[in-house]
Amino acid sequence: MIHSLFLINHTGDIFLEKHWKSVISRGVCDYFLEVKEKAVEPENVPPVLQTPHHYLISIYRDKLFFLSVIQTEVPPLFVIEFLHRVADTFQDYFGECSESIIKDNVVTVYELLEEMLDNGFPLATESNILKEMIKPPTILRSVVNTLTGSSNVGDKLPTGQLSNIPWRRAAVKYTNNEAYFDVIEEIDAILDKSGMTVFAEIQGVIEACTRLSGMPDLTLSFMNPRLLDDVSFHPCVRFKRWESERVLSFIPPDGNFTLMTYHVSSQNLVAIPVYVKQNISFFETGSCGRLDITIGPKQTMGKMVEGLMVTVHMPKAVLSVNLTASQGNYTYDLATKVLVWDIGKLNPQKPPNLRGTLSVQSGAPRPEENPALDIKLKIQQLAISGLKVNRLDMYGEKYKPFKGVKYMTKAGKFQVRT
Amino acid sequence: MTDSKYFTTTKKGEIFELKAELNSDKKEKKKEAVKKVIASMTVGKDVSALFPDVVNCMQTDNLELKKLVYLYLMNYAKSQPDMAIMAVNTFVKDCEDPNPLIRALAVRTMGCIRVDKITEYLCEPLRKCLKDEDPYVRKTAAVCVAKLHDINAQLVEDQGFLDTLKDLISDSNPMVVANAVAALSEIAESHPNSNLMDLNPQTINKLLTALNECTEWGQIFILDCLANYTPRDDRESQSICERVTPRLSHANSAVVLSAVKVLMKFMEMLPKDLDYYGTLLKKLAPPLVTLLSAEPELQYVALRNINLIVQRRPEILKHEMKVFFVKYNDPIYVKLEKLDIMIRLASQANIAQVLAELKEYATEVDVDFVRKAVRAIGRCAIKVEQSAERCVSTLLDLIQTKVNYVVQEAIVVIKDIFRKYPNKYESVIATLCENLDSLDEPEARAAMIWIVGEYAERIDNADELLESFLEGFHDESTQVQLQLLTAIVKLFLKKPTETQELVQQVLSLATQDSDNPDLRDRGYIYWRLLSTDPVAAKEVVLAEKPLISEETDLIEPTLLEELICHIGTLASVYHKPPSAFVEGSRGVQHKRLPGSAGSGESESPDAGSAGGVSEAPPAVIPSQGDLLGDLLNLDLTPPTATGPPPPSSGMQMGAMDLLGGGLDSLMGDESEPPHIPPRTHTPQSPQLPHQSPSPPDYSPTELGGDLGGSPAMGSGFGGPPAAMPASFSAPVSGGLDDLFDLGGGVGMPMGAYSPPKTIWLPAMKAKGLEILGTFARRAGVIQMEMTLTNKAMSVMSDFAIQFNRNSFGLAPAGPLQVLTPLSPNQSIEVALPLNTVGPIMKMEPLNNLQVAVKNNIDVFYFSCQYPISMLFVEDGTMDRQVFLATWKDIPNDNEAQFQIKDCHLNSDAASNKLQGSNIFTIAKRTVEGQDMLYQSIKLTNGIWVLAELKVQAGNPNFMVSLKCRAPEVSQCVFQSYEAVLKN
Repeated sequence: MIHSLFLINHTGDIFLEKHWKSVISRGVCDYFLEVKEKAVEPENVPPVLQTPHHYLISIYRDKLFFLSVIQTEVPPLFVIEFLHRVADTFQDYFGECSESIIKDNVVTVYELLEEMLDNGFPLATESNILKEMIKPPTILRSVVNTLTGSSNVGDKLPTGQLSNIPWRRAAVKYTNNEAYFDVIEEIDAILDKSGMTVFAEIQGVIEACTRLSGMPDLTLSFMNPRLLDDVSFHPCVRFKRWESERVLSFIPPDGNFTLMTYHVSSQNLVAIPVYVKQNISFFETGSCGRLDITIGPKQTMGKMVEGLMVTVHMPKAVLSVNLTASQGNYTYDLATKVLVWDIGKLNPQKPPNLRGTLSVQSGAPRPEENPALDIKLKIQQLAISGLKVNRLDMYGEKYKPFKGVKYMTKAGKFQVRT
Repeated sequence: MTDSKYFTTTKKGEIFELKAELNSDKKEKKKEAVKKVIASMTVGKDVSALFPDVVNCMQTDNLELKKLVYLYLMNYAKSQPDMAIMAVNTFVKDCEDPNPLIRALAVRTMGCIRVDKITEYLCEPLRKCLKDEDPYVRKTAAVCVAKLHDINAQLVEDQGFLDTLKDLISDSNPMVVANAVAALSEIAESHPNSNLMDLNPQTINKLLTALNECTEWGQIFILDCLANYTPRDDRESQSICERVTPRLSHANSAVVLSAVKVLMKFMEMLPKDLDYYGTLLKKLAPPLVTLLSAEPELQYVALRNINLIVQRRPEILKHEMKVFFVKYNDPIYVKLEKLDIMIRLASQANIAQVLAELKEYATEVDVDFVRKAVRAIGRCAIKVEQSAERCVSTLLDLIQTKVNYVVQEAIVVIKDIFRKYPNKYESVIATLCENLDSLDEPEARAAMIWIVGEYAERIDNADELLESFLEGFHDESTQVQLQLLTAIVKLFLKKPTETQELVQQVLSLATQDSDNPDLRDRGYIYWRLLSTDPVAAKEVVLAEKPLISEETDLIEPTLLEELICHIGTLASVYHKPPSAFVEGSRGVQHKRLPGSAGSGESESPDAGSAGGVSEAPPAVIPSQGDLLGDLLNLDLTPPTATGPPPPSSGMQMGAMDLLGGGLDSLMGDESEPPHIPPRTHTPQSPQLPHQSPSPPDYSPTELGGDLGGSPAMGSGFGGPPAAMPASFSAPVSGGLDDLFDLGGGVGMPMGAYSPPKTIWLPAMKAKGLEILGTFARRAGVIQMEMTLTNKAMSVMSDFAIQFNRNSFGLAPAGPLQVLTPLSPNQSIEVALPLNTVGPIMKMEPLNNLQVAVKNNIDVFYFSCQYPISMLFVEDGTMDRQVFLATWKDIPNDNEAQFQIKDCHLNSDAASNKLQGSNIFTIAKRTVEGQDMLYQSIKLTNGIWVLAELKVQAGNPNFMVSLKCRAPEVSQCVFQSYEAVLKN
């Protein structure tokens, strides 16, 4: 099982270590650091590494490496999932996951890690339970603690831990009872030069925020559940009811959680909200090239496209750009060769355009590769797959909660090849 | 105020100041001080000097303070064992605390203190906690057993904690069950043979119930444990699958993948015509696709596993090609894996799409990725014949880009395309030749030279081209040199008049100026071949090459089967069996997929025994450089052999090369041709375990005569021809070295014990066919001797025999020789030679063999037990020193003692008798009238058994002690002792 954990920042300093069995020298990280040096980009460090006596499994998140050391045969996914859970927990407790915030809360971090794993076996990873055992730091609490001498470690057994619903703590009480659901869909797509869709799919997620007293039992139903053939649920969802009735029936955890994720596969037709016309070319002679990009609305279902942004990773040889944007601003980072065009709202009447010249290092050969465009966008009040929530019912409690559903579509990994 | 304040130090000396604070009267100050100590500890500072002061803070009601002190203790107890004893009392007291949280915390922390003295005190509290009323305490205690086992395994066994742990599998609380399973699995990993997880339908049912209710991590443990179970029949298999399927929709990807593993394994048992089978296949695709939308690290592991799954069951993802398309900002490790899977899924239906993608990738920035993309185009051409032309034109387009590494890579793959489709795309040779000068990588140069040599008659200036390479002959890498040598010899055979000078030049370069033995040997072989008989040389060198196989990089089927059982583990990421790399797993159980049952096809013994992998192993193309290495791998490590590495590899290298490798290179091709069916030398001789890739008309003896000279050849083939079968049937593990032990093997006494024939298949059960049989080892060949009697009214014919997988991989080495039909009331004696290269599965009892016999009437099944003594090989004499060392080395746990009663032999007679059955006495000692015989036995699979036989004059009861690294065989070996001595 998981033997040790090292936290390493992106420059390669080990700033925290935790061992759940015997202590392993931090020298073991040298293997990792060596590979990291070679990989150039931190994203390219392979997640599973073999050393003479150990295996190193790592994730890269928020510019930090979470590196775990294992000695026996352990499912790597198990370790990776756990490491992400650790990062999530830090995010949840401290609002961000960075070297400085971890150092600022090192004792809490240590207590958390001890509580999350025992002898390498996960112990408590649900945020609800952890928060009962170790209270998250707040300014108010630290003041109170100093005055009263009380501690931020709970001294009772967390109630949910052994019940059939380990994700929910008991005796929740709110004056305002509310349940909100956000249906967020991301479009992953690759368009080719001519604008044809090479590949497109939708990654959907339903994020929930429930602040409900007692033990509410919720049922969420959809207008068109047939869209959902590939789903993953939070453990609270009763799978049998979904199989038989296609409704989500569950006792929710308290607070924010991901109710389900789903995936509308590439075999269904996926609507692409914008079209992109582009032409990036470099001349055979002379040291320059030309760029011309236009974006216009395609299948927006009558909604406004916002937050439109185009990112281009230019070839290394491109020294500078001289462009005019009909809408929005552009920046070109000379060091990283990244061109960012921030457009904002898409005007359907006047499709925004960016054009101009690129100057290429003189003498350098014509760049071989063509830079791909990375598109970001947002559409409020629309789930592009067409998924719609029908109704939300609550059983088991008497009060009437506030209920709300929001939809949003975003571009995920949306790329246009040139 | 944040915790970073704990890191600030004062000038006075940190330790000194902390000491004062720890001893302060104020609780608050104490706590702050402990926090400072912990903070220093986390960044690797040594604060062990504060041990007594920190331990003093342990007796407190404040839970946070207590936890902090525990954290400290776990870190430093090891370095201060004497001081740590101070803490024991508090632990013991805390284990009685009314608050379950404190009880659990105490037992948990105690387990983490890796100090022997403390573990002794831990036993009593742990025993109580394992039976605690509160499940939270029980589940913590379960993990503690695993911790304790890690520190002191013996103690855990002595105290009976393992049994308590097994009981916890039936606990009412699912979390306790999950933790007990996790702890047992971890313990079992270091005790592969302990049979800790006794899986039966009842426990499986309990596990499945707990599966639905425990946490996600618990589900992983339970699913991984379930995967080790082999269901009794297809119905049980289906019901488990049905209960596991909902896990595919879990948000935790590790749960999903573990569920996939269980389903992939149990699916094997389902009949393919069952509706449920199809449903299950459909259900597997979406979760696998979903894994690919997760974080890149998860994607990577998922992709490595999908790679296995698509090899085993390509139908699952055949419509999902697009999800494997590469995005430009995928990390490189994800890109490379996706590419691999794209090629595996490529088919006629989607090849156009795939090619368009691959061409796109070939213009990306990352060099490794581009190379692999170009290579992938070549693989597509070989895999999908219809696309070959398009692939070639795509490759030509890429060559036109003149990007150096793209060109080189393209040439390497075009060579493979030529091998697959000879005489089809030669028009492109001209374009290739244009790029000759830009090639600077050995592999590309070698490929180009091969092309020039192979098509020398169509390239006008072939001699000039090859000559230009020859100038810098000594600076080239070995693979280029070898290739150049072969190419020029080919050229010479095709255009002898103009190239005489060239060929002489290269032969002298290879044989006189080179110190590379491979090159020199090859040079000499060509030289002699050319000078002795140019016509024969032409036949050999320009022989038609077998086509290369379409799947060049499939994982070998038995390994694939094993890896499918290990989906989701490190083994699946590295595509290696766990035994190959996991440290600490002493001795490894090979997992196998269960065979299918109940379906129509299992009627034929063929499908029954092969368990779904009946397809012949595809040929593998080794890269040119390590042809030798590959030949060795191919020959010496047959799929299922687990024996020790052969001791005299140097010798074998030489011999093998002459046998196979040399000839192969003679043929002037870089690739291992597909296996030529093994030849049999005499009707009786079993199959050659070494599949020699020499051309069919070249028997090894002829070759020996031709080439002579080499000492290895002499000893190998100088023996009488009758000896050949014996040597080749010799055990898998021995490889070629058995060849050299031949002399001993042939001359051995024929006195091996063979039990009398018994009825294996009564006529009642087999529609009139009666089989009596026994096993014998004759001249080193295992034989199954049978008397077939036809007690029916009609004539029987078309006899065939098949074995199920068995413990030692026994398999028929040839067909059942019943040539004439068996008329009613006629009997026939048949001797079937066996080899031990068949598939392996542990049987119960170990020496059980399940046999299917077919005739024109029906298929009959029976099982029989063979005396393990027939697996004792002739070279089982162990050196005395080795014997001593091995005896000491094998743990005492593995020693088994037996008594042989009523045996009226003296020690010498016994020794002689045993020797006849390949049980070799290597030393004898007489102590107080008692003869101690030390004996060694080697099994066909390379397992050594060491024995000590005590014989007391006048006492008919012998004592035998057996020591072996695989103690399972002891019982069988003992039975053989008894049988041999009493007969």
